[in-house]
Amino acid sequence: MPFKSRYSSKSISLLKGAAFGLALSSSALFTGAAHADWKPTKPITFVVTGGPGGGADQMARLIQGVVTKYKLSPQPMIVVIQNGGGGGQGFMDVKGSAGDAHKIMIGLSNIYTVPLSTNLPFNWRDTTPLAVMALDEFVLWVNAKAPYKDAKEYMQAVKSKPDTFKMGGAGSKREDEVVTAMLEQATGSKFTFIPYKGGGEISTQLVGGHIDSDVNNPIEHIAHWRAGEVKPLCVFDKQRMPFKAKITGDMSWGDIPTCRESGINAEYLMLRAIFMPKDVSKDESDFYIKLLGQVREKPEWKEFISKGAYKDDFMTGAALTKFLEEDEKRHVEIMGKANFLAKK
Amino acid sequence: MGISRRTAELAVAIGIFIIGMAIIGDSIHLGIGWSNSSPEPGYFPVRVGGILALASIGIAIQALLDRSSASLQEFVSWERFRLVLAVFVPTVAYVVIMMLFGIYVSSALFIAAFMAASRKFNWFVILAVSVGSMLVVFWLFEIEFLVPLPKGPLETWLGY
Amino acid sequence: MDQLVSLLHGFGVVLSAYHLWLMLLGIMLGILVGVLPGLGGPNGVAILLPLTFTMPPTSAIIMLSCIYWGALFGGAITSILFNIPGEPSSVATTFDGYPLAQQGRAGEALTAAFSGSFIGALLGVLLITFMAPLVARFALKFGPPEFFAVYLLTFCSFIGMGREAPLKSIVAMMLGFGMAAMGMDTMSGQIRMTYGLPQLMQGIDFLIAVIGLFGIGEILLTMEEGLAFKGKAANISPKVVFQTWARLPRYWLTLIRSSVIGCWMGITPGGATAASFMGYGIAKKFSRNGDKFGTGQVEGVLAPEVAAHASGTSALLPMLALGIPGSATAAVLLGGLMIWGLEPGPLLFIEHKEFVWGLIASMYLGNVAGLIIVLSTVPLFAAILRVPFSIIAPMIIILCAIGAYTVHNSMFDVGLMLLFGVVGYFFKKLDYPLAPLVLSLVLGDKAEDAFRQSMLASKGDVTIFASNWLVGSITLLAMVLLFWPLLVGAWKKLRTLRQVPAT
Repeated sequence: MPFKSRYSSKSISLLKGAAFGLALSSSALFTGAAHADWKPTKPITFVVTGGPGGGADQMARLIQGVVTKYKLSPQPMIVVIQNGGGGGQGFMDVKGSAGDAHKIMIGLSNIYTVPLSTNLPFNWRDTTPLAVMALDEFVLWVNAKAPYKDAKEYMQAVKSKPDTFKMGGAGSKREDEVVTAMLEQATGSKFTFIPYKGGGEISTQLVGGHIDSDVNNPIEHIAHWRAGEVKPLCVFDKQRMPFKAKITGDMSWGDIPTCRESGINAEYLMLRAIFMPKDVSKDESDFYIKLLGQVREKPEWKEFISKGAYKDDFMTGAALTKFLEEDEKRHVEIMGKANFLAKK
Repeated sequence: MGISRRTAELAVAIGIFIIGMAIIGDSIHLGIGWSNSSPEPGYFPVRVGGILALASIGIAIQALLDRSSASLQEFVSWERFRLVLAVFVPTVAYVVIMMLFGIYVSSALFIAAFMAASRKFNWFVILAVSVGSMLVVFWLFEIEFLVPLPKGPLETWLGY
Repeated sequence: MDQLVSLLHGFGVVLSAYHLWLMLLGIMLGILVGVLPGLGGPNGVAILLPLTFTMPPTSAIIMLSCIYWGALFGGAITSILFNIPGEPSSVATTFDGYPLAQQGRAGEALTAAFSGSFIGALLGVLLITFMAPLVARFALKFGPPEFFAVYLLTFCSFIGMGREAPLKSIVAMMLGFGMAAMGMDTMSGQIRMTYGLPQLMQGIDFLIAVIGLFGIGEILLTMEEGLAFKGKAANISPKVVFQTWARLPRYWLTLIRSSVIGCWMGITPGGATAASFMGYGIAKKFSRNGDKFGTGQVEGVLAPEVAAHASGTSALLPMLALGIPGSATAAVLLGGLMIWGLEPGPLLFIEHKEFVWGLIASMYLGNVAGLIIVLSTVPLFAAILRVPFSIIAPMIIILCAIGAYTVHNSMFDVGLMLLFGVVGYFFKKLDYPLAPLVLSLVLGDKAEDAFRQSMLASKGDVTIFASNWLVGSITLLAMVLLFWPLLVGAWKKLRTLRQVPAT
């Protein structure tokens, strides 16, 4: 019986191969057919391309927990961490598992930055993108004792003394350094960028005064902000964050000005998206898209989003493809300007 | 009859020398100096490779100059080495079979082979221990802890 | 004495039938994941994390911290019985634990390891209970130069003391550094030494090297010597536990030294692995039977275990008070806290009193319960050595293969493990020491990163390693330890020189 269902799903993938591109956006039209409800027949491997306990891992385990709690899938999810080479290990695994409908992967913007900076033979087109679950905000933080009132003052200070202010970030030529490069390009300043292993380590380095600033995600600094150890200067987004609940005595996430408001023309949002291998049938990918949509409606997810001040955004299908294409183009542009691209 | 300890020392020293050279070879294109006031990615590896190469030459010279009886003693006798191979060769076979048939089938065969070779057990005990232990491992890893191990055609056929 | 009141309240929270049951379950599960190489520690906690999603946070953390204890205790078992350390921090336990087991004294070694873990962990918890606000901020003083100085101290306390040929020690250490540098370089984002193999991109994981070098290498050596397990004839009875305990007080100095090292390394956060190596190294340098270390000394088992667990436990302090994960396992626990909606950090102690003190109380109880459970199973584990060789040998190899595979879910690693087995066999036969290799494999890239971060921050000025009292004194201490044998030699010479004219 399980053998049979496997066989039939294969034949569907052959049939649908041609129609796949066309049908991306019109899932409702196409899934009325007899094979509409494909279901996993063995445990689903959930590949995490970030370190244990980090942002990607937390989100994966939350999805796993919600799926288990509400019994959204007939088969369990198995979270597997493959973060070697900045996540490259996980990408290559998914690329090499074409046709495997029991594997999904959570990827961040490292799906562009890692291949671009290391020549890793991987591109997100080697996968089937399922959905963007959320976008991650970046905030410019300084130590609470620093004398700067706002981002403008701080960046002026940085500009007046090039190569003296220390900016800490996770990894080299990765998201944090890309944001730093944007900041430098927008203001004509120059930081001394110091790479660390991960966001947690950077937070304490800022609190301890070993670096002057960082561009951590909100969740990485929330505890220190509330304790009055660090202060946010601006958020790298078009508009302010929508969260109105007070975090400190007098400020909410929504009270942090955008960098644009301080006259700094820099925006960056990090992807948190789910992918699966290429060459899977539409029924198979639809199962996961539906599953992820269900996860998003549960209270646990909503709490996770507001706690971490993520940008709540759900994109699938053609909208997702378009988003990935534009986002990739932007990364090539910024990284090219900052000289982060690997020599061919 | 067997190889002398000195020959073994020389062989390992040559191996280490090659590793040292390989590390140097890889590091050179990464940059082996200081840039931006900090060591480049190849700075430490190239030194590590260099020290390895030098130390291996030193070890080789020591081995060649050492005329003591310990040095000329045999490294391992052929009878002893056969015992080592008796474990090592099946282990290599085990890993190859694992790549084709997954960990469960290969492990059961591996245990069964060892038990059969010892000639202390009858086939029923062999079967019970080899298959039984793998069922326990399967239950523990795949079902309880949800840790996927490599699987092969048998597991696929069973729907796993 | 606010803490005492809060702690008593915490005990009140923990001491319910449901929580005691969770503790028992957690410890059992923990021992199980600790014994299976490749699962123990962070992986084990991460795997079992989803079990706790449906529980209230306090119950969940009680269960998780008990899994943590169980895994810590369990990790020592394979180190001692089969020479396979399940995690980096139990490598140093094999140095004397495995020889003891080979001499038929597995019971003693296990008892010493478990008691050592208990003592170390207990001191760590005491530190958390009474000193939390005081010492927590100390961790913030650690920037890259301080971290580098701590790693330097670890290396210096460990090297320059082996009986092995110096050239071979150097080779072993450099091979470790070379392997540690493989894969992605944090500082430049470049990939090093993969030679076109994508599987090497993640670097060589410590576990694969250790499982191969120690586990497989040991089996090949055992075969050559034509013996089954030497510990087979071990006299195992519950009495061993009490006999070993009766001898523990005589090692009081080592216990104190290792606890101090462990607590310091946990808070700073230098990590349990560095602590265990330093604990062993210092004990070997300063103990009266130091030169017998490595041949099966109970003291050589105690020293690293006490340090590792004092460190592992006090590492939870910066995690709770500052949100800094002091270890990989702490990082996973941290992720768990956030999923339950708790933010670790300075306010956790104020806003979630019940949770914090429940956790601390469960650490006391979990540690005691863990000790009782593992000690009562010492005869059982030691009896594993009596299983016929033709069954236990393939099972060990299978466990090694599973362990190597689960690290990155890669068959390539299983092949690599075999290669390390061959290397381990030759190295042991030719007296290349393995300990320096493991130490530099674990700490090599961290030390390199810290050094390069320091250089970036100081613009290439090396005096940064003596720029304040903290980093300066750690560096000085490292130098003293490095040259200790010379210093002692010089002192003795000076004394004899003075005595000569007098006589």
